[in-house]
Amino acid sequence: MTNLAERDLTQPSRRGFLKGAAAAAATLVAPGIFLYRTGQAATSLSSEARWGLLIDTNVLSEADVDACVSACQREHGWRAEPGSKTDAQWIRKVKLTDQETGHQKFLPMMCLHCESPPCVDVCPTGASFKRADGIVLVNKHICIGCRYCMMACPYKARSFIHETLKDQLPVAPRGKGTVESCTLCVHRVDRDGANAVPACAEAVNRGERKAIVFGDLNDPQSEISQRLQELGGKRLRADMGLNPGVRYQGL
Amino acid sequence: MPAATQYSEIKTHSSSYWALLVLLAAGVLIGVAGAHHMDVEGHHVSGMNNQIVWGLPHVFAIFLIVAASGALNIASLASVFAKQAYKPLARFSAILSVALLVGGLAILLLDLGRPDRLIVAMTYYNFKSIFAWNIILYSGFVVIVLAYLWLMMERRMQRWSKPAGLLAFVWRLVLTTGTGSIFGFLVARESYDTALLAPMFIIMSFAFGLATLILLLMLSFSLDRRELDVSHLLRLRRLLGIFTASVFYFVVVFHLTKLYGTQNHGFEAFILMDGGIYTSLFWIAQIGLGNLLPLALIYAPSLQQSSNSLVLACLLVIAGAFAQLYIIIVGGQAYPLNIFPGYVVESGFYDGVVGEYAPSLWEFMLGFGGLTAALLIALLVLRVLPIMPTALGAEGK
Repeated sequence: MTNLAERDLTQPSRRGFLKGAAAAAATLVAPGIFLYRTGQAATSLSSEARWGLLIDTNVLSEADVDACVSACQREHGWRAEPGSKTDAQWIRKVKLTDQETGHQKFLPMMCLHCESPPCVDVCPTGASFKRADGIVLVNKHICIGCRYCMMACPYKARSFIHETLKDQLPVAPRGKGTVESCTLCVHRVDRDGANAVPACAEAVNRGERKAIVFGDLNDPQSEISQRLQELGGKRLRADMGLNPGVRYQGL
Repeated sequence: MPAATQYSEIKTHSSSYWALLVLLAAGVLIGVAGAHHMDVEGHHVSGMNNQIVWGLPHVFAIFLIVAASGALNIASLASVFAKQAYKPLARFSAILSVALLVGGLAILLLDLGRPDRLIVAMTYYNFKSIFAWNIILYSGFVVIVLAYLWLMMERRMQRWSKPAGLLAFVWRLVLTTGTGSIFGFLVARESYDTALLAPMFIIMSFAFGLATLILLLMLSFSLDRRELDVSHLLRLRRLLGIFTASVFYFVVVFHLTKLYGTQNHGFEAFILMDGGIYTSLFWIAQIGLGNLLPLALIYAPSLQQSSNSLVLACLLVIAGAFAQLYIIIVGGQAYPLNIFPGYVVESGFYDGVVGEYAPSLWEFMLGFGGLTAALLIALLVLRVLPIMPTALGAEGK
């Protein structure tokens, strides 16, 4: 019965192997548990708040809008060469000229963080999602790069990454072959809550009357709600009933 | 009672058959090379951009997927509508539909930004997305049609082929509804946003699928020197005429509906009058070459017995199909979104201007590869399985 003898000989080493494996598993799993917990912290968001932006085009100058774009680029590490059709643009400067009066305005356009986002509806894998607090994001891990969300977005808010990227910033992981858009500076929101100031707002809010107000649309006492009560705010493509979280004044 | 149809594998060893297979295999390799290059370099090597996000690969893919469901019609006519005259071609109809679908899906998959995430697409589902439903509808179609084919070919199981044919027929209608709805459900764009696209895609599938089937039928019969009587071609010719006229009808209704609403006048002017390439494609390629000329060829009394005129009509229907899908897919995106009515809009992100798109060689290679893959699969299966009737002789003999 050589087999038995062999088995006896192997017992201690198998036990040793199991111990080793358990230790290895523990080392492997522990960070996983940590990640899971932080993941839980990130997902256990409350729907009490609905974050939004109020953009007052009466206060914003063309230089202000340029400053918004530059600030977003610095914050998230994206660049768009002028004339490029493929570079991503999380926020862009739009010039409006009234067809009758010739009156001109400049405003920043980005993801409007809709209450009923078409990009989330059409996404086959659920990579496009809306957080409980109203911020619309792309889960970079399950985006397959089909670009259907870009077809569905009424605001042209999304970009596809057409080439390999370098020098990415930790707050804005990006990857070739996936879709991305404005995150409403979610890393600041998660850190500072109602006191958060997105990079675009930070770049232009100098005087008493802020040009871009971030805040909780659900809280009637918040600055954004007060300003909207005072002068109202326009929802772009209101006919579609998407109820964007980004509103405009002065249009 | 007519004698049972005999089926056999393609047996030819003619140099033209092998040359065709080699050419098709080369086409597949070209497609793989194009897809690989786009995957490694990123989509900036394609002509697609942040304005035109779906391009030539999608035109090829949607053509194949739409033609796939239409190619099954001949089998459905036999199994579901008991038209015995179509029965000898039912097996071919089924295998061709699967081959075309596989080719189209391969293009869609390889065009993804992350084709390596196929497993994600298969395991994460958002059931509000018509795209997610399509993944299920397409996979289900392959399984159902292959089962249907087996039930038709296995003599002991033939009584089950009728219910399987009914299931496949219903499934293919749902499938093409899903394909049309990819665009029909896009409420943000004037070019889409209509329920009409779903039935229009179904009728398009009838015409595109039948044209493809007729061409491959004639090709494989001639390669294998099998008898194909003109009476069979005449029946298929009339069917193609009805389907092509129906596509024309749907196109007319689509544009009349859009024209009626003032808010769509800009889009209609873009397609019908001042859209440059899209307007030319619409009037010359889609309507002229793809609808009217084939109808003239099909119904001209002097050409009824001419198989060459039928081949030309089929080729024209397919060319018109590519033009039509190019206008729907690319033209529909090129027309700018109307975010600020009443204003002239300018930006560094191409707001308010017609999107520019010039297909690159790489994406053409990918689309072409999918097309050749579909044809290669069909021709290879015809060689190993008894799909084709040994002869389609004169009727009544």
